[in-house]
Amino acid sequence: MTVARFWRKIPQRYNMIGTKCENCGKHFFPPRTLCPDCRRSGRIVAHKFAGSGTIVTYTVIHTANEQFEAFTPYVLAIVKLDEGPRMTAQIVCRPDEVKIGMRVKSVFRRIATDGESGIIHYGTKFVPVG
Amino acid sequence: MRDVAVIGVGCTTFGEKWSSGFRELFVEAGALALEDAQLSGEKIDAMYVGNMSAGRFIEQEHIGALIADYAGLATRHIPSTRVEAACASGGLAFRQAVIAVASGMEDIVVAAGVEKMTDVEPGASTDTLTGAADREWEGFVGATFPGLYAMIATDYMHRYPLTREQLAQVAVKNHYNGARNPIAQYQQEITIETVMKSPMVAEPLRLFDCSPITDGASAVIVAPLSRAREFTDTPIKVLASAQASDTITLHDRRDISTLDATVAAGQRAFRMAKLAHKDIDMVEVHDCFTIAEICAIEDLGFCRKGEAGKFTTEGETALGGKIPVNTSGGLKACGHPVGATGIKQVYEITKQLRNEAGKRQIDGAEIGMTHNVGGTGATAVVHILGRI
Repeated sequence: MTVARFWRKIPQRYNMIGTKCENCGKHFFPPRTLCPDCRRSGRIVAHKFAGSGTIVTYTVIHTANEQFEAFTPYVLAIVKLDEGPRMTAQIVCRPDEVKIGMRVKSVFRRIATDGESGIIHYGTKFVPVG
Repeated sequence: MRDVAVIGVGCTTFGEKWSSGFRELFVEAGALALEDAQLSGEKIDAMYVGNMSAGRFIEQEHIGALIADYAGLATRHIPSTRVEAACASGGLAFRQAVIAVASGMEDIVVAAGVEKMTDVEPGASTDTLTGAADREWEGFVGATFPGLYAMIATDYMHRYPLTREQLAQVAVKNHYNGARNPIAQYQQEITIETVMKSPMVAEPLRLFDCSPITDGASAVIVAPLSRAREFTDTPIKVLASAQASDTITLHDRRDISTLDATVAAGQRAFRMAKLAHKDIDMVEVHDCFTIAEICAIEDLGFCRKGEAGKFTTEGETALGGKIPVNTSGGLKACGHPVGATGIKQVYEITKQLRNEAGKRQIDGAEIGMTHNVGGTGATAVVHILGRI
């Protein structure tokens, strides 16, 4: 991955800056620049997500793509953020701990690396709450 | 719009074909289809080729021209177009060919599909397939393709009565059919135990819940129905062609366990053909994972949501059942050379409708359906074909 490709998504990946439509109030994460409901009458602005949510579904990955092989087995889930949208992320917990409906909050973590001398990808994972 | 018919079909054997390259594969499939239609190459007006990722699998783009060239048609300068919708590329190529003929723009059109997947390391092919989902917001965070379907399975099993053994039965049934298909990658029957003891890939999916990495190519030839009997005594009429899209990510779907694109394409196809479920004699569905077949037969409407596990274990989707599903062995046992799969589905239904399916033949087959999915359901293509 080139530096620019990673760098331009830093606000989203590090700080969960998504968007919302001021016309209908719908939130988007990952961000959208066009509101699917309001289309041209939508007014898209940046929105920082609180980072709390609930696990909708999950899996434990045993066979991973190359960059993630060292982390197996790891928990991957779809998290419904409290503001509404859902996103896919890793959950930092033991495979036998994860449950549908579990409350989670976002944490800043290393995601992967591009080989020995490439970019280190940081981003958002989630940890169980309480 | 003109009526369209399939006048010839051809398919390579599917498998890890170390001695065949990309070019040999599609030339073989094309030659078989031409021979089947008793057609010479100079009659071809246009070609559509389904291919997901030659760019990453063999570092070759510009597949349309390459195929026309190696099919010996470079000097005839026919239009040759690559179409891509990940795992639905083949279904889409067939649909483009049907539209070209139906519109009156072209007469004799080849729809082909090809994928050469084993020229890269397995890790690289898995990574390439992740591009069928959202690279930035699924692949980037560690999602794999089996992992995404595993999350469908987790959601489904949380909400509906599907057991792990019922899921395994999908693979057992498809291997049974594959063992009766001479082109299938796996021609061995398996048991529930084979699936349950296979290595875990992404919980709850094990290795035998997953379709394999496959090399292969398939080709079919379509023509106006009015001209079909010039080439064959058994033309197969295209009764419906439908395509639908949905969000690229799984997490943005209305319902994690329902492929709305399949629902939409299926409903459009039934409406176009003016047919009901009871009219369909067999269906080739996109079983890239066992859970995908469970969702497909429900989303196409062959049984109610939540009942596909029971429907499968009761034998309703087996040869001789109420609606035989994946008589070819499906993606699971026949293999899944990504771009070729959608065309292979048309090949299989055509074989069934022409009473040429050998040991897996459905008696008196008159109407069949194909269902090809791209990604985790961002594209679905459904066709209905009938004997005339």
